[in-house]
Amino acid sequence: MRFLTDRKRAEGRGAAHAGTEHHWYMQVSAVGLAFIVPAFIFLFGSLLGAPYEHVIAVLSRPFPAILSGLVLVFGLAHFRKGAQMMIEDYTRKSTRKALVMLVIILTYGLTAAGLFALAKIAL
Amino acid sequence: MVEFALPKNSRITTGKTWPKPAGATNVRKFQIYRWNPDDGKNPSLDTYFLDMDKCGPMVLDALIKIKNEIDPTLTFRRSCREGICGSCAMNVDGINTLACIYGLDEIKGDVKIYPLPHMSVVKDLIPDLTHFYAQHASIMPWLETKTNRPAKEWRQSIEDRKKLDGLYECVMCASCSTSCPSYWWNGDKYLGPAALLHAYRWIIDSRDEATGERLDDLEDPFKLYRCHTIMNCAKTCPKGLNPAQAIADIKKMLIERHV
Repeated sequence: MRFLTDRKRAEGRGAAHAGTEHHWYMQVSAVGLAFIVPAFIFLFGSLLGAPYEHVIAVLSRPFPAILSGLVLVFGLAHFRKGAQMMIEDYTRKSTRKALVMLVIILTYGLTAAGLFALAKIAL
Repeated sequence: MVEFALPKNSRITTGKTWPKPAGATNVRKFQIYRWNPDDGKNPSLDTYFLDMDKCGPMVLDALIKIKNEIDPTLTFRRSCREGICGSCAMNVDGINTLACIYGLDEIKGDVKIYPLPHMSVVKDLIPDLTHFYAQHASIMPWLETKTNRPAKEWRQSIEDRKKLDGLYECVMCASCSTSCPSYWWNGDKYLGPAALLHAYRWIIDSRDEATGERLDDLEDPFKLYRCHTIMNCAKTCPKGLNPAQAIADIKKMLIERHV
């Protein structure tokens, strides 16, 4: 039992003075992804079923390689922030912190692996 | 982890069925949530039948008739009976609304009435709004000024006064906040649509001189940014207001401070 006033409970620890940059990033990245994801899907779709040498040749060109890199970096950053938001919505305390850390590690790992693969193909 | 199912002691059971009015031809069935904190039982759904030829047109008329003529233990808040006080907010036919301005003719079939969702219940249809009111108080719902008080009055142009339309009409019935999933899961920290609509009402008041401080107090991942534009608040508001728009405008103002 804690004898806290209703106002004290409502105020909590005050405002974190954060969140706007997260919100702004999600908006900007959503607009950017709305353009690059369809282009990537079109590129990737045109390569489905193509011979290995052809796929490597296409992904070695500057535009497809840069486009794939942008989708990897910004898509996964958008996913990371969105997933963090979802985790914060539905979980509490230590579970929340652990899951947020897991998502960060997962997305950084996927981004690094994706960029490494892309560099190996393109360079 | 949030709870997606009701705790065992909150699961609703079938309650008492009251007899139909004798000789009535135009009878309507009402199923109403009942819970008494003193009897230790689970909540139940009691069934009442009303002669609609002798009942007023609104949901509140029916509730008052049940309380007066059938079951005096039925408990609910009500006062103005014209959508001004916000006391009789409840979940009618799956929608959070004010019972006094919700017509029975708008409901098809049986009338199902529950308290506002995801709030602690005091008794029957009365939710505990203590935290909701404290959150409203925390946004400082009054004029904050630093300039010395003018001799006559704080002046405001007609254009600036018009900006308050669609905001000042909120009666704090809590229909919007209790319809918001973000408020369900994080209501301890998230201010909810009602408090944020009121916050915006003071932020854009041309006479208020604490705009920066008010924005500072809202800039928080939980207090403000739990709003995911689900729009339940705007859909359910019995006064036809749009809290989601007010929240979006607060976010826009915060972005403009950064970018």
